[in-house]
Amino acid sequence: MHDSTGLGPKKSLSSLNQGATLPILCSVILDLDKFIAKEQPFWDELSGLLRARTEDPNRKPPLEEAQRFFYLYQRTSSDLVKLKTFAGEVETAQFLERLVARAYSHLHGNGGESVPFRPWDWFWRTFPNTFRRHWLAFVISFLAFWVGAGFGAAAIGMNYDLKSDFIPPQFSHLNEKPSKRVEREEKQDFDAFQGRHTFSSQLMVNNTKVTIFAMVLGFLWGIFTLVLLFYNGTLIGVVMFDYIADGQGVFLTAWLLPHGSFELPAIFIGGQAGLIIARTMFGWGTNLKLRQRFSRIRGDLLTLVGGAALLLVWAGIIESFLSQYHAPQFYPWKIAFGSLQLCALLLYLTFCGRKRPVREAA
Amino acid sequence: MLGNTTSLEVRTPEGVTFTVPIASPFSRCMALAIDFAVVIALTMLVSQVIAILQISVSAIPVIGDLLSDFGTAMIVLLQFLVATLYGMIAEWLWGGQTLGKRVFKLRVIDERGLSLGLKQIVIRNLFRFLDILPSTFYLLGGICCLFTKRCQRMGDIAAGTLVIREVEVPAPEFSEAMTVEENSFARLPHLEARLRRHTSPEEARIALDAVARRNELNPDCRLQLFSQLADHFREITEFPEEVTIGLSDEQYVRNAVDSLYRRASA
Repeated sequence: MHDSTGLGPKKSLSSLNQGATLPILCSVILDLDKFIAKEQPFWDELSGLLRARTEDPNRKPPLEEAQRFFYLYQRTSSDLVKLKTFAGEVETAQFLERLVARAYSHLHGNGGESVPFRPWDWFWRTFPNTFRRHWLAFVISFLAFWVGAGFGAAAIGMNYDLKSDFIPPQFSHLNEKPSKRVEREEKQDFDAFQGRHTFSSQLMVNNTKVTIFAMVLGFLWGIFTLVLLFYNGTLIGVVMFDYIADGQGVFLTAWLLPHGSFELPAIFIGGQAGLIIARTMFGWGTNLKLRQRFSRIRGDLLTLVGGAALLLVWAGIIESFLSQYHAPQFYPWKIAFGSLQLCALLLYLTFCGRKRPVREAA
Repeated sequence: MLGNTTSLEVRTPEGVTFTVPIASPFSRCMALAIDFAVVIALTMLVSQVIAILQISVSAIPVIGDLLSDFGTAMIVLLQFLVATLYGMIAEWLWGGQTLGKRVFKLRVIDERGLSLGLKQIVIRNLFRFLDILPSTFYLLGGICCLFTKRCQRMGDIAAGTLVIREVEVPAPEFSEAMTVEENSFARLPHLEARLRRHTSPEEARIALDAVARRNELNPDCRLQLFSQLADHFREITEFPEEVTIGLSDEQYVRNAVDSLYRRASA
């Protein structure tokens, strides 16, 4: 009944399993019962260790346990290969696949994540260095915003009636004539509890959202990041033109500079992160796949977002406790404070974390 | 899913290949609905607690005034923080799961099958701002999920993650499929040896699968399948009538499988 190769007829079974190619004679088939009986204790032990790790992910296992875990993982992997090659028990293979998958995930972790986070180092080196590494993206982000501001100012400069069209409903109070608002604010007694904190928190949330949006919109090839920056710039341009044209430049500076000196850079940094994402989407100058390109910038994105978040928190505090108090005698102090902050930020971002040049040996 | 694959195949450095089932958009939607409900409940809870505090101290002159405004500001901030950080904190604490994902047995993993890193968690959750658009309808994320190979939303692509189904595979009952009360083939060890020699692992695997899953088949298919398998094994090695008399096709295949596997090392 056998064919000339002595392998026996395969035709009918091949039709049952079209994908399988029948190999040259290989009659080494596993004794499943014996194999399972021998290996099951190791699988159970690995399963137990995995359960313990899942229940307490932050536990650092002692060296012996880690070594044992690695041994069990390798042994189970080897069992899976044996089972797949020499036997066809689907249920057991699936069970082992899940076990190996879980152990693999625990064992290999995620490259680079094990480096401990050092806040001090991050603040003085990582963030400013990352910022400078992508300086061009920041410049584009900065320009998109201020081009928008120029456009807004020019638009209401030519036709003042357009002002209400530019100002969104949530900032409708800005439709009031600046000199009237200044008069009202300056006459008002100092009262810390008249809805200023609520308004400030709304602004803080809004600015954080704008910053995050400026970043994530970079995924759509950066177009909407630029649009968002331009649009927000337009709004600032309209307000600035309105106050300056009405002779309220000092009030405006004292109002915006203390928190704006941190808030606007935070938004620009969000835009910077968005433009980094956009460049990653385009993939200019690299043959890497999209996921590889993203894995390269992930750390930088997080650093920039973390830096922007810090700036926004500080800006929120300043806006809440300083910017909204409009006593004329404080204007010079507020402006000085804002200018000082801006200079400090510029110096920090420009010089912090730079490597000192190595002196040549005499 | 449009053009999606249903599983992720991972090849480890040890050369082992395993597959992980990818979550469907539907189960992800259901998990998301639960997470939305949790976020709404948490923000309401925060608001109520602060509101109660505001009311209870409103009569006290300075503190009452302070909490009136400051409390409202805190509500605005905390609502935003809860909505933004819920996913991040839950996924960090529960290794890639939120409450919704726990209920539907889903988990976020690295797209290479590794565990999730903090960077990935933060990035994928920040991108929710984009995926959720327009408004909160999740249209962008949903479309992206439907059209990407591994059912990834934009946040998943940026973070290099994907959502899988956590399939609990219980330790199998090994002996059930293999149990043959009396294998008549065992009386003829030389023919058993020939059967093993002429049966490839793939053939043996198909027969074992058929025996293991015989109760899942409908009766007609079961008869047909075991008839084909029995014919095939008869062609490989013909056992004499003295050991096959009265054996159904299915029993014949079970005997063959028992001979192939149980006695392989005998």
